[in-house]
Amino acid sequence: MRAKRFIPLVAFAVLAGLLFRGLSIDPTELPAARLGQPFPEFAQLELKSGRQISVASLAKRPALVNVWATWCYSCRVEHPYLLALAEQGVPIYGLNYKDEPVKAREWLAQLGDPYQLNVVDEEGSVGLDLGVYGAPETYVLNAAGHIAHRHVGVLDEAVFQRDFSRWFPAAASVAAVGSEAEQ
Amino acid sequence: MKIALKALISATICGQLWLASFALAVIETYVFSSPDLELRYHQLSQELRCPKCQNQNIADSNAPIARDLRVVLHEQLEQGATDDEILAFMVARYGEFVRYRPGVDRNTVLLWAAPGLLLMLGAAGLLSHFRQRPSARSTDVTEAEQAEITRLLGEPRD
Amino acid sequence: MIPELGHVALIIAFVLAIGLAVVPMWGAARRDVAAMNMALSLAVGVTVFVAVAFALLAVSFLQDDFSVAVVAANSNSLLPPIFKFSALWGNHEGSLLLWVLILSGWMTAVATFSRGLPLVTVARVLSVMGMVAVGFLAFSLLTSNPFERLLPNTPLDGNDLNPLLQDPGLIIHPPLLYMGYVGLSVPFAFAIAALMGGRLDASWARWSRPWTNVAWGFLSLGIMLGSWWAYYELGWGGWWFWDPVENASFMPWLMGTALVHSLAATEKRGVFRSWTVLLAIFAFSLSLLGTFLVRSGVLTSVHAFAADPERGLFILIFLALVVGGSLLLYALRAPSVASRVHYSGVSRESLLMINNLVFTVSTIVVLLGTLFPLIMDAFSLGKYSVGPPYFNAVFVPLMALVMPFMAVGPLSRWREDTTRRWLHELLVPGLGVSVAAIVLAFLGSDGFNVWIALAVLLAGWVALGVVKDLWRRIATGVDGGLTWRRLTPSFLGMALAHLGFAAVVLGAVVVSQENEERDLRMAVGDIETLGAYRFELMSLGQQAGPNYLADQAVFEVRRDQELIAVLVPEKRRYSASGQIMTEAAIDARLWRDLYIALGEPIGEQAWAVRLQYKPMVRWLWLGALMIGLGALVTAFDRRYRSQRSNVTAAQSGVAAVAG
Repeated sequence: MRAKRFIPLVAFAVLAGLLFRGLSIDPTELPAARLGQPFPEFAQLELKSGRQISVASLAKRPALVNVWATWCYSCRVEHPYLLALAEQGVPIYGLNYKDEPVKAREWLAQLGDPYQLNVVDEEGSVGLDLGVYGAPETYVLNAAGHIAHRHVGVLDEAVFQRDFSRWFPAAASVAAVGSEAEQ
Repeated sequence: MKIALKALISATICGQLWLASFALAVIETYVFSSPDLELRYHQLSQELRCPKCQNQNIADSNAPIARDLRVVLHEQLEQGATDDEILAFMVARYGEFVRYRPGVDRNTVLLWAAPGLLLMLGAAGLLSHFRQRPSARSTDVTEAEQAEITRLLGEPRD
Repeated sequence: MIPELGHVALIIAFVLAIGLAVVPMWGAARRDVAAMNMALSLAVGVTVFVAVAFALLAVSFLQDDFSVAVVAANSNSLLPPIFKFSALWGNHEGSLLLWVLILSGWMTAVATFSRGLPLVTVARVLSVMGMVAVGFLAFSLLTSNPFERLLPNTPLDGNDLNPLLQDPGLIIHPPLLYMGYVGLSVPFAFAIAALMGGRLDASWARWSRPWTNVAWGFLSLGIMLGSWWAYYELGWGGWWFWDPVENASFMPWLMGTALVHSLAATEKRGVFRSWTVLLAIFAFSLSLLGTFLVRSGVLTSVHAFAADPERGLFILIFLALVVGGSLLLYALRAPSVASRVHYSGVSRESLLMINNLVFTVSTIVVLLGTLFPLIMDAFSLGKYSVGPPYFNAVFVPLMALVMPFMAVGPLSRWREDTTRRWLHELLVPGLGVSVAAIVLAFLGSDGFNVWIALAVLLAGWVALGVVKDLWRRIATGVDGGLTWRRLTPSFLGMALAHLGFAAVVLGAVVVSQENEERDLRMAVGDIETLGAYRFELMSLGQQAGPNYLADQAVFEVRRDQELIAVLVPEKRRYSASGQIMTEAAIDARLWRDLYIALGEPIGEQAWAVRLQYKPMVRWLWLGALMIGLGALVTAFDRRYRSQRSNVTAAQSGVAAVAG
């Protein structure tokens, strides 16, 4: 059967196609396991006020949850952009991950505070329930309070335009206009 | 050129840092209330993948998240959770990615079945191949002749 | 100046390689003797210029020329000279150059040792190897030039070689491994040449065999070294992790094992021709696939070079051309008529076919497991991981399956045999092995261990087969006396390799089952007992090395009051990069290793330490060493050396007739 001889070639073609597709995939990118689920329940203190907060404290509208810490160098790099976003009216909640509250408060005082509120997570238990594996990470909460997206790494203009504009159209267009105006 | 240089150096540093974190033997001193728990700890810590690292289990990785997960694993074992419960806990937070032994679900069924299926396929191929062949006996020497040949030549050369 | 000269040499090599790829192949098609004869000189030319480029890059490393990008990225003025040299291949660009150097070395070897082969064949073989060289040289020159310069911002010193790589293991593991990877291009080239020429007979197999065995032998040694190196360097006592890069080297080895055996059948009996050709193509294809996987960033691995999808695309296109082209050639030119050689269902041929089957299935299984995460991701079915628990669960049974057949194999007859004769040969000794297996399985720590019993049974069974074959050959002298004449290199190599395989299996199972490990806090004066061994921490101190500072812990290990060893594990901090590394201390013996590694300091006076007792772990590497050496030994068989004179005589006769 002549056709049988072509089986290895066909099998290889399939493999090559797969590998080609693989070149455009990032194997290190890990989507949030909790995608589509409500933000996990927690009971922690708020960073500045010291009051008890929980999931209910997060208002039901599209918002960002930014995981940060003072020991995280990249968090310092993304901080100015968070301030800019906050100015555009994007609500940002902070999760102060495995950090010392005193240092965190000083940091915010020094560099500015883009956060509506900050969850103190010294043990990292909220982070664990969320599926955090390093800082910085930024989650998107949609209007229903469900996790809609996660970005691992520094949040900047390019990333925001590409991945976040869906939930924050107003801010995205303002930012885009702003950068156009600059040019 | 400058950009290439920066990229080159940062890529190298990142590459070296990945390897560097691999270089530290992770040795921690947990206390277990029973040797059975310690055994399960060793097994599970080798089955769980560090979400952040370049293909390491949480037993061997130095990353902070790996350390945290080891602590959680230890806690849960001491609290009496079963292996399945612990794995479900981890998967709920980090996805199937963290299991080095893929669970059997719709997607992985083929993965687990493949070795057996391939063997059976191959065996079936071999059997049909042998059925088709004409018998080797037709031009053969008889047993007696073979014995004579052996005697004359010594055991058949190979 | 020197890097520029090196760059030029590489370009010249590239041009010559193009010549090699084209001219002799054209000559073979036209039967143009002059064109075909150019193959040798072109092959040597490529070798010379690649060697020059390699030497000049080495000079740049040894002279601390940090204006060369790879030197700046991978070396340092404080680095000991031997590591400055080996740093050349501790990175993507330099290792590619090593790859090409070794390929050109193989080309020259083939050209030199093939005087007795038909010119058409040699021309085609060298052309195919030249095509591979063109691909890799193009890859190097276009995307990964090792001679790229950092001017005018030359750094004052380099980044330093990763401390993990500052070790003799780095010096020898990649070259050996590449000898194997690249060497598999030789049987590949022979297969392509055979397909082109339409002659897939026993002579093709005979020519291919020594090259294949040697390449596979080097690959075995390279993998063994990688495993051993990881064991003593990484500090946790592991020796195989089924990491994608490890699998990338293992798959060619598995396919190579099938190929080595299949070639034997094709050479001696003319059977399995299509299978063998396909195996030859697949073995080298897997080498190339390995190159792709390691350098493209498609899979996550601790071993991978910095990932670059652009480079990945280049390799993928190259892979598609080489493998796709050869498989197309196979589809069009493979023999459509099965060989008329008969063999019964009970014969050495059928045993070898079973061997082919199991090793092919093993290769596919490893490939599937390695690529499964990618497959799932490509179809957006989620992110999965496939690691040691999966691979061990599926691979071990496959090897266990092949081992009973391994025992019978050497004793079996070609063409036709009977199971009754096999039973007659092996039953009684086999029972002896079974009893030994059960007895030995009780020697473990927890009573009867069924895995050890199985391992001893299977490994003993294989060894039994070898011993029986050995005895049979010795005892067939004239008048029933003893003779050494039938202990050919071919047989001795096979015997050594099979015994080595048995040793590896035994070592792997015993160390996995009986390994004892303890993590604990120890301060000076603390004592811990592991089995029969007593570990005492005597002192803590510091020691400076050429480019690092080390914290040391001195341990005395005693057994029954007698001092067995003084072990000094270290924690090193390298000055140039600031990186910290564990140096484990190992007392290595044939029957067990004692292994101590330091973790983190606990306060000023104590450390977290890991103590390990690893029985028979050396058998893994000794066995692998036996496999590699056995393969190399077979190449010395007389029939490969004397064949040349036979063919030459025939050729001169043909030439005389042709006029």
